Amino acid sequence: MTMTQAPDRRHARREEIQKLASGSERRRKIYSGVGLSICGMFLVVALIPLISVLAYTVQRGVQAWSADFFSHLPTPAGIPGGGIWNAMVGSLIIDGIAAVVAVPFGIAAGLFLAESEGRVAGVIRFAADVLSGVPSIIIGIFAYIALVRSLGHFSAIAGSFAIGVLMVPIIIRASETAIRGVPHTLAEAGLSLGARRSTVARRVILPTALPGLITGVLLAVARGVGETAPLLFTAIGSQYFATNPNQPMAALPLVVFQDGIQAYPDLQQIAWGTALFLITVVLVLSVGSRLIAARLGRVRL
Amino acid sequence: MTEAMTDPRMEKQLGMETEKALTPRPPGNSVMRLRNVAVAFGGRTAVHDVTLDFPEHQVTALIGPSGSGKTTLLRTLNRMHDLTRSAQVTGQVMLGDVDVYGGSISPTLLRSQVGMVFQRPNPFPTMSIYDNVVAGLRFNGARRKGLLDEAAESALKSAVLWDSVKDRLKAHASMLSGGEQQRLCIARSLAVEPRVLLMDEPTSSLDPQATKRIEELVTELKTRVSVIIVTHNMQQAVRVSDYCAFLLMGDDRAGQLIEAAPTTKLFEHPDDERTLDYISGRFG
Repeated sequence: MTMTQAPDRRHARREEIQKLASGSERRRKIYSGVGLSICGMFLVVALIPLISVLAYTVQRGVQAWSADFFSHLPTPAGIPGGGIWNAMVGSLIIDGIAAVVAVPFGIAAGLFLAESEGRVAGVIRFAADVLSGVPSIIIGIFAYIALVRSLGHFSAIAGSFAIGVLMVPIIIRASETAIRGVPHTLAEAGLSLGARRSTVARRVILPTALPGLITGVLLAVARGVGETAPLLFTAIGSQYFATNPNQPMAALPLVVFQDGIQAYPDLQQIAWGTALFLITVVLVLSVGSRLIAARLGRVRL
Repeated sequence: MTEAMTDPRMEKQLGMETEKALTPRPPGNSVMRLRNVAVAFGGRTAVHDVTLDFPEHQVTALIGPSGSGKTTLLRTLNRMHDLTRSAQVTGQVMLGDVDVYGGSISPTLLRSQVGMVFQRPNPFPTMSIYDNVVAGLRFNGARRKGLLDEAAESALKSAVLWDSVKDRLKAHASMLSGGEQQRLCIARSLAVEPRVLLMDEPTSSLDPQATKRIEELVTELKTRVSVIIVTHNMQQAVRVSDYCAFLLMGDDRAGQLIEAAPTTKLFEHPDDERTLDYISGRFG
């Protein structure tokens, strides 16, 4: 009895399920369409400011670009041929010193966070999070009190300090993520050969995490290059060519800020050109970090 | 000296003759001896009270179903549990006449004497084939090229990999097939010249052909090292091992040693009914 009925009822059940499924499929398509259009709308909303900022900066900035612009020192308002050579070198020095200090510190901290689960690690992680949320102007004031007031003069090194403090939490976070991505079995393999944990970290974990570490460092440098507020309190800017980190120094974002608020069109022109150059540098760093990560990642793993 | 210490009569004098009835002594000398070894994670026992001798220059298989604590037990032998904060190992683990957990030997020095091969091949992805093989030597401070070259060739030959890689030692280890990578990992362990090689299901991620080659290799390795291999595959245990220990998860969900015997005896005339049930496929 049940033997003969069962197939029929199964058949009926199957038809009902199929009907429900096709009904839900139609609903799903509508939801999907609505969802996609909302996403597309927000994408446009997000892209409008980005593209308009980029387009306007390009439009205004390109006019300023010339051989003189990249190779000359600034000139007083009204005298043509001024450039940002000193600011380019200044940014390189300020951010270079900041990175040289922040990178080892940040990677070491990231390694520690990735490798230990103790309370200390929790405190450090929290501190790094808080630090990354502190407005950069506050860090500028801190650097001003710590290194400018105490030394009695503005200096590039104080700017490096402020920028370095901004870079550290970014590098810590990126390094921790990159190092956690290294398969645990590789560390175990190293240890099983009689290596100490420090040796495994140095010879196995860090080299394997290298693409991620490079990405993190480049992103941190990209962030540091564009920071203006901390430099206002520290490196302050300069009209001259300076390489002594103990003295005031010009920097790209300072040129944008200081020349941009001048009444003279030629100085504003310099500010636009510098802004475009800054955007280009940041873009190159960001895209470059992605490319390096992708390339190294493919070859290595 | 070590041989004398592992002599049964000496052991008796030292008062180490616990549970002899349960675990028949393996023939010959023992390279590692466990006395009432238990492992707990966060206070929860994972393996309890294992007393077991591992014969020197033979292959010992640890068999049993999932959850019976085979791998957990294996990892006590080279102190891999040291990395897990919640892990606690009690009892005595002897390597020759050295108490492994006694403080007279550092975990790193121990691991250079007790190597390990893992479930999945794990060559260092940033290193070449050559650099992988000599990695352990370099980690331990070896720099002399003559020593490294000699160790690499010897280890690769023992791992039956030399002929296929000798012309591309600088190539990336990731260029090798899975089976070759696992043999590279075996070579990497052998290069440090360990006394014992622990193998944790070394063929579980390999195809049958590669598995067969690893199994052949394991039996050949005996002259060079004592092998302790974890396997869930009973046929593999029969094929490769001389001595065999059967573990089972008890009612408390912790692993325990049911019996250990020469492999032929364990599979033909097991003492314990549970062993018979397992090897005849009635469970597990």
